[in-house]
Amino acid sequence: MAVEHSAAPPSGDRARIHDIGYRTYDGPRLGRAYARRSLYSQSLRGAYGLGRSVKSKVLPMLLFAVMCVPAAIMVAVAVFTKAKDLPIAYTDYALVMQAVISLYVASQAPQAVSRDLRFRTVPLYFSRPIETSDYVRAKYAALASAMFILTAAPLLVLYVGALLAKLDFTDQTKGFAQGLVSVALLSLLFSGIGLVVAAVTPRRGFGIAAVIAVLMISYGAVSTLQAIAYVQDNTAVIPWIGLFSPVTLIDGVQTAFLGATSTMPGGAGPSTAQGVVYLLVVLGLVAAAYGLLVRRYKKVGM
Amino acid sequence: MPGRPSGLTTGGAPVTTVDGVTVIATESLSKRYPRVTALDRLSVDIGPGVTGLVGANGAGKSTLIKILLGLSPATEGRAEVLGLDVATEGSAIRERVGYMPEHDCLPPDVSATEFVVHMARMSGLPPAAARERTADTLRHVGLYEERYRPIGGYSTGMKQRVKLAQALVHDPQLVFLDEPTNGLDPVGRDEMLGLIRRIHSDFGISVLVTSHLLGELERTCDHVVVIDGGKLLRSSSTTDFTRTTTTLAIEVTDSDEHPDGTRAVREALRARGVETQDGTGLPGAGHILLLTAQGEETYDLVRDVVADLGLGLVRMEQRRHHISEVFRDKQDSLGDRGNDEQRDGQRKEAVGHGG
Repeated sequence: MAVEHSAAPPSGDRARIHDIGYRTYDGPRLGRAYARRSLYSQSLRGAYGLGRSVKSKVLPMLLFAVMCVPAAIMVAVAVFTKAKDLPIAYTDYALVMQAVISLYVASQAPQAVSRDLRFRTVPLYFSRPIETSDYVRAKYAALASAMFILTAAPLLVLYVGALLAKLDFTDQTKGFAQGLVSVALLSLLFSGIGLVVAAVTPRRGFGIAAVIAVLMISYGAVSTLQAIAYVQDNTAVIPWIGLFSPVTLIDGVQTAFLGATSTMPGGAGPSTAQGVVYLLVVLGLVAAAYGLLVRRYKKVGM
Repeated sequence: MPGRPSGLTTGGAPVTTVDGVTVIATESLSKRYPRVTALDRLSVDIGPGVTGLVGANGAGKSTLIKILLGLSPATEGRAEVLGLDVATEGSAIRERVGYMPEHDCLPPDVSATEFVVHMARMSGLPPAAARERTADTLRHVGLYEERYRPIGGYSTGMKQRVKLAQALVHDPQLVFLDEPTNGLDPVGRDEMLGLIRRIHSDFGISVLVTSHLLGELERTCDHVVVIDGGKLLRSSSTTDFTRTTTTLAIEVTDSDEHPDGTRAVREALRARGVETQDGTGLPGAGHILLLTAQGEETYDLVRDVVADLGLGLVRMEQRRHHISEVFRDKQDSLGDRGNDEQRDGQRKEAVGHGG
């Protein structure tokens, strides 16, 4: 142990343990990168309620179960009916479950950032070696990882089930990989949006409502407009409208590049050229979220 | 800061400059916001030991700490902490320094142990060392079994101890304590002041502690820096005059023999050559006598006089000085001290040449 025992009491005298004098610390100080990793792992655990009260474990664990159970049922059906293919494509799963995913971001993004703002713990972090960008990166990476676990776990269930059902290995592996890339992008995008909205308010309840509003209302509005455009036979405009909600953005990217079938009305997904725009918008939003968070915390600072 | 001809070195205070080390040095440090000037060409050198930073609310204490932690750039001037430049080496400073904020900063739903371990790791301590130092530090600040319970159920005094523990857990060379006695009752206040004293005497960590109460800092600190409106008002060692300028308030009971006990004591003390004043401006002030304690012997004298008269001593307490007294006292009680006057002159010079 690196701690110096400068003023230890006579050995064996356990009754006097409270009389140990102050001990200085001469051991290693692991610096910024280590502190950032510590904050990342603490935040990632916190996103599933680990290391927190029993009450705060309930919702994330419940949502995790809700995400995985349908996948398990589909797999069971596929195995017993000896189906030729899984009832759902890997890339479609997250879109079908988007309400659950949105609920998870809405509940955990405020948990990740609003708590530190509300209890004013932020100054304690910034009085330590880490910088604003370290804090933001650790929190962003933690929530994105937590979401990736949430969205990738059911895909893993599907994949393992598909292999058990002896479906075509190459086909399944390709689909699984495409699904993973898709949910990775989705995790980055959703957690970025969730954190930016949540970091504005120290009030957790308001944060939850605001995140849900941004994710759900934008999707509702975009779908409605797309449906109207479809009814009016204005299909060319449908992919462009899809740029304005996070869910349809991911839908567009995976339709263009990841072999998915679009869920937009009439299956009018973006072309490859439009897909590039979609991808740029997604990456731009992720970068913007990071930039906004850094700016926000520079201001909150102390 | 060598090479600076005037300004406020702590040369007059032997205790704080034992080895001539400067812990904090600022040179014409200014911080201006669009509407207010938080710090105005502040030049001060602070040595090891416990240093009090006194000022009314808004005097610039918290701003100074933010700049010294390298979190807020100064508008002009420069500052060094432990020999490191605040403008360029903030991260290195923060690794060696602890900070206890004035406001609440504790999440209610985790235990003190969990919280302090996390903060130790944020300071770069490996997991095992973080746990060991957390247990040690919490014990040193006086938190025992309760450290496993969620912080939400703690009293103000216990919360202050957790805040202090997270500032000390990484064994810094210097801690900034921002208003650590705020919100504490008199007993808690005295315990906290005793703890602050120990941080230096037992732990060997230098302390910069802020307060708006001059009196409590004078008894705790080796050195006191008074700022007002972002300017330096006074910087002086406390060891030479705290004891001699303490104001004592005493209150006694009446007895059959002495129906007016207060008057009897006043006359008895006058006969022994100690002048007293009546307390004014407070409820029941007519029964309180104020006198200047010259040292330990004054306490004994009061005790003997009261005992000889057969009266009961209801109270004998040190009156806390308030920051406002600095303005009043500067001319009279301190003015007759050549040393201070000279220092005062130097201050004006330092402030003047800073721009």
